[in-house]
Amino acid sequence: MTPDAIYKRLEEKFGTETVFDFHADPAKDKDPWFQVAPWEIENVCEHLRSDKSLDFDYLECITGVDYPDDKRIVVVYHVYSYTLKHRVVLKVYLEREDPAMPTLVNVWSTANWQERECFDLLGVLFEGHPDLRRLLLPDDWEGHPLRKDYEEKEDYHGIPTIRPNPIELFKITLPSKEAAKEPAKA
Amino acid sequence: MSSNLNLMAPPKGWDAKYSDDGGSVLSTNTDQVINWMLNWGRANSVWYMLFGLACCAIELMQTGGPRGDLERFGAAPRPSPRSSDLFIIAGTLTYKMGLRVKRLYDQMAEPRFVISMGSCSNCGGLFQYAYSVCKGVDQIIPVDIYVPGCPPRPEALLEGLLKIQDKIKNEKYLQKRYGVAG
Repeated sequence: MTPDAIYKRLEEKFGTETVFDFHADPAKDKDPWFQVAPWEIENVCEHLRSDKSLDFDYLECITGVDYPDDKRIVVVYHVYSYTLKHRVVLKVYLEREDPAMPTLVNVWSTANWQERECFDLLGVLFEGHPDLRRLLLPDDWEGHPLRKDYEEKEDYHGIPTIRPNPIELFKITLPSKEAAKEPAKA
Repeated sequence: MSSNLNLMAPPKGWDAKYSDDGGSVLSTNTDQVINWMLNWGRANSVWYMLFGLACCAIELMQTGGPRGDLERFGAAPRPSPRSSDLFIIAGTLTYKMGLRVKRLYDQMAEPRFVISMGSCSNCGGLFQYAYSVCKGVDQIIPVDIYVPGCPPRPEALLEGLLKIQDKIKNEKYLQKRYGVAG
């Protein structure tokens, strides 16, 4: 089933309040995508998984993107069906100041760690998640480093985060590029 | 410096023994001979900890494999920091792992040696502008030998091990460990 047809099916079932903003311009969008309202994401995904003619049995990837200019954080879901060999991309637009949305753990349990990663790096709060801890970074890390305005701390547990440039530190004079280009004098 | 591979080269003290037969020289020579014997044993049993972090660990495995064969120099992998002498930091070190590396280093018994293998553990390397990567393992623990490369070839790591052996052979172990004057 093409993404276009999948979008039509969802629009008929849930209405344009829930599923909207379909993009399928092949010049701009590698994968066709559409928006889903954050509070309805669990119902939409439950339908995608349980409907036998859709049969999306595999959540490939959850990604987060930060758009500070639009004051948005966008969570992107890539969903695939192994039985019917079709794919769809869902996007959920969240407020950047308070990014919160329902979890998908009850639909696909693989969402558990992927949502933890998204929380770790972007600070998206997945409500209803059974174990929303950091996945990759240490538990005592401050901030969410994939946000564009993240600034590195000066040290982590006494380990400095900046290494001085050895060329400046030891006052090494590098040969100029012009000198390197000239052939060696006999 | 004499060749590393000439394991049966006489210690330096023996030359002095024949050229100078003063009374006090004898004790110095004994020290030197004992030092040589101790260092000979230590240099040929540098056991390293089985510890890999990233792609450098693959080269570390190659060095331990049949072509590089670290074990012909007496360097055997050990599963525990408490029974190893050499700590090879092989790969990209994150801050999260950095705290563990510090703890493992503290658990090793002295005398202990550290090889920093590859660009990442030398200075952060390719990933030095990443938020999670430590900018060199020498920010956490002291390093004896830096092996450059990304990753270094097994030959380069072997050279690093031979440098560690050089360092061990030139130590005054008797004086350092047992407090003998001299």
